[in-house]
Amino acid sequence: MLGENKIREITDQVLAFSKADQTEVIVRVTESALTRFANSYIHQNVAENDTEVRVRVVYGKKIGVASSNDLSPEGLKRTVGTARAIAQLQREDPEFQSLPAPQTAPRVEAFVDQTASCTPEQRAHVVGVLCKKAKAQNVVAAGAFSTTATEIAVANSLGVFAYHPGTCADISTVMTKVTSVMTETGSGYASFTHQDARQVNAEAIANEAIDKAMRASHPVAFEPGEYTVFLEEYAVLDLLNFFGMLGFTAQAMQEDRSFLKNKIGEKVMDERVTIWDDGCAPHAIPLPFDFEGVPKQKVTFIENGIARGVVYDTPTAQREGKPSTGHSLPAPNSMGPFPMHVFMAPGDTPKSEMLKSIERGIWVTRFWYTRPVHPMKVLVTGMTRDGTFLIENGQVTQPLKNFRFTMSYLAALNQLRAISRETKLFYSDWGGASRVAPALVVDGFRFTGTTQ
Amino acid sequence: MKDITARALNVAQVRGAAYADIRVVARDTQRVAVKNGKVEAIQQDETQGFGVRVIVNGAWGFAASSRLEMREVETVVAQAIAIAKASAHVKARDAHLGEPVVNKESYETPVKINPFTVPMNDKIDLLLRADEAMRRVSGVKVARAEMAFVRENKLFASTEGSLINQEIVESGCGIVALATDLQTGEVQVRSYPNSVGRHQQTRGYEFILEQKLAENAPRVAEEAVALLTAEQCPSYDAATIILDSSQLALQIHESCGHPIELDRVLGSEAAYAGTSFLTPEKLGRFRYGSEVVNIVADATVPGGLGTFGFDDEGVPAQKTEIIRNGIFVGYLTSRESAHQLGLGKSNGTMRADGWARPPIIRMTNINLLPGTWDVDALIADTDDGIWMETNRSWSIDDKRLNFQFGTELGWEIKGGKKTRLLKNATYTGITPQFWQACDAVCNEKAWIVWGTPNCGKGQPSQVAHTGHGAAPARFRGVRVGVIR
Ligand SMILES: [Zn+2]
Repeated sequence: MLGENKIREITDQVLAFSKADQTEVIVRVTESALTRFANSYIHQNVAENDTEVRVRVVYGKKIGVASSNDLSPEGLKRTVGTARAIAQLQREDPEFQSLPAPQTAPRVEAFVDQTASCTPEQRAHVVGVLCKKAKAQNVVAAGAFSTTATEIAVANSLGVFAYHPGTCADISTVMTKVTSVMTETGSGYASFTHQDARQVNAEAIANEAIDKAMRASHPVAFEPGEYTVFLEEYAVLDLLNFFGMLGFTAQAMQEDRSFLKNKIGEKVMDERVTIWDDGCAPHAIPLPFDFEGVPKQKVTFIENGIARGVVYDTPTAQREGKPSTGHSLPAPNSMGPFPMHVFMAPGDTPKSEMLKSIERGIWVTRFWYTRPVHPMKVLVTGMTRDGTFLIENGQVTQPLKNFRFTMSYLAALNQLRAISRETKLFYSDWGGASRVAPALVVDGFRFTGTTQ
Repeated sequence: MKDITARALNVAQVRGAAYADIRVVARDTQRVAVKNGKVEAIQQDETQGFGVRVIVNGAWGFAASSRLEMREVETVVAQAIAIAKASAHVKARDAHLGEPVVNKESYETPVKINPFTVPMNDKIDLLLRADEAMRRVSGVKVARAEMAFVRENKLFASTEGSLINQEIVESGCGIVALATDLQTGEVQVRSYPNSVGRHQQTRGYEFILEQKLAENAPRVAEEAVALLTAEQCPSYDAATIILDSSQLALQIHESCGHPIELDRVLGSEAAYAGTSFLTPEKLGRFRYGSEVVNIVADATVPGGLGTFGFDDEGVPAQKTEIIRNGIFVGYLTSRESAHQLGLGKSNGTMRADGWARPPIIRMTNINLLPGTWDVDALIADTDDGIWMETNRSWSIDDKRLNFQFGTELGWEIKGGKKTRLLKNATYTGITPQFWQACDAVCNEKAWIVWGTPNCGKGQPSQVAHTGHGAAPARFRGVRVGVIR
């Protein structure tokens, strides 16, 4: 880690080098390590140390962006020079008004020393527990345990300076029951995410995945069709990802491709559904400001089933004469604003009772390789993976071969039977997004095929 | 730079590494994107650093840093060694690389026009012309056009004595028109030359000029708008389909390229990308496709996005058979996995995403060899079928068996002629059944090496650039249409 003072030196240097009308600098420090295991042993084990400096310069209405990881004064000067050269060749952006003026983002404590300093031995110890437990049960362990420390700082020539250090420990495993070499008969999944690596409970994670793998052994093919499903939190995560990507942004609205277009104030989901973005929630993986240094507002997308709003960055907000909600990605970006911290409100039913309410249905542990087929309907296709079971009379009775589904996630949240009291935190290395999801029971979930 | 690599390898050996290699990588990328008449982004990124891979006590360690300084090199080597020692606490067997590999050579992508020296104005003008041509078509809501260029310099050195310098250059571009109808809630999209942003090759700016973006823009826009009112692709349990070469390229990528990766087969990706149905007992025996299906892995084909001189273990680029007359005959291998399975030498497919990631098995150019049909003759020979073009959605299970693809555009074929435009075409199947139902592949006149610049795999995630040569091909008895 560089620390706030060293980072401020870098941003000050860049701002001093630049002669542009306005200048913005983003510094991202990443120190991460990941221990990967398969066939119940560690086969890849890596560490990485990088610092990216991204400079945006504004000359009139011409903008250029360049980045580098060369932190020497010459390197910083060169990056400023590249950004300037680009700006000079740019066309004017008539919509551009200004980089954001300073606002004070709250400081959110999210850095745990013990995660940042986690050693290869400590990770190997956790992985060793998983592998040992797997071997004892005659299952094969695979997965990854990562510990990451990051620092993000955004500064601009108008006086913005925002700094946030954070850590994340993330472990996931697939346990596979095998009968003979490489003839797998069933697998189970578990994952856990926390700011603090010490909270990782290797025994509990191993038990969850192994228990599922044992029960998933000898799956049978089952007729595709519409069924009531129990979607574990791992599966519900995918719903939140697609809503966020396809619908919850001002750019999707402005381009007429959001399912919330012309629906704000209307009921679009079951009245028990509430979904929002909160970059400052302390127990998730927070980032209290965006990549323009604008403090993140809490934005409610769906409140008791009613569409409420979407996230904005500066360009999309200016287009509508509104303030940014603090959801910009690093400039320039074609995606527009992005909700990085999506939460779905829990319900009041314990997961065990949700299961009991299902007479006949299908238990889905997680989805895999999901892709949008029709964005306006949030119609998505994908596979089930690592623990798919038949539910009969409130009990899991039989492991099933994996299904392909083609289902509108929007319809799913209108055909809701129950939302769990429990929720789970997830982290994606893609852009550092985090999500909090409950488990759901959904009626009429559409399975369109099955695999071998 | 060579003093840094020599020092790293020396320190690694002194500290007990049985094997070590170092890659010093500098990558420059440039992206220019326009949208609705506006230059949306011009961006130039550079990143440099080095990664050290070691075997200590029979186990792997890897560490990487962006600080190219002698002291940092020593620190990072020590870190890699400590990581390897930790790996050794949880190991199954010692890592073996087989026979030593020693190469001292260099390789450069042959480039006619260096894309990094082409004036920015030329690039912007070309994109804006394509963008304007698309927006002239009424009904187009969003027009986008982009170019991307990559230049990667890498120096590889190993304790076995390899020392390899390479410069890989890539050029890519694409345009896309989005048409919407708020009344019906319909959103349709057309892309050219390929979807997911762009088509890309290891070539210079000449590749961009050959794509004729502005000339194709009006057609692309008109098709997007026409799709808004096109008929929904009907559903069939067993239809005849012809896939255009770009959709077929993705079909090859997903249903052949990934399952032949030997690390997946051996379980290395079990928790993430998945495993493979092409298990070792099938090698040399399994009927993967029909007699007309011949697939090779070819890292030497000119312009392929998976074309290079040496992989990131210093193994020379090769062309190897994967599917011969429909029979599965080869994997993509690394030194360690080839040795483990008794397959002899690596066929050179280990590649890393930049300096900060370790090499893993990646597709090179996985090419379906051309067949004998002219495209027009193949359509004329089809009584009742659907032509499907340009990928829109894709999904496949973790063993690479059950897939579903959607394309931007479909054409109904009746009596050997394209008759009406179809929207939302999708098809689904099981990999070997599908390839066994391939009864015709078009000839070299329609054969293109498509580039896929977005193949994800590994933890931490790595993005690879792969190539796929293909010409249109026909498949019988395919399940079509599940959207409603
Ligand atoms: Zn891929």
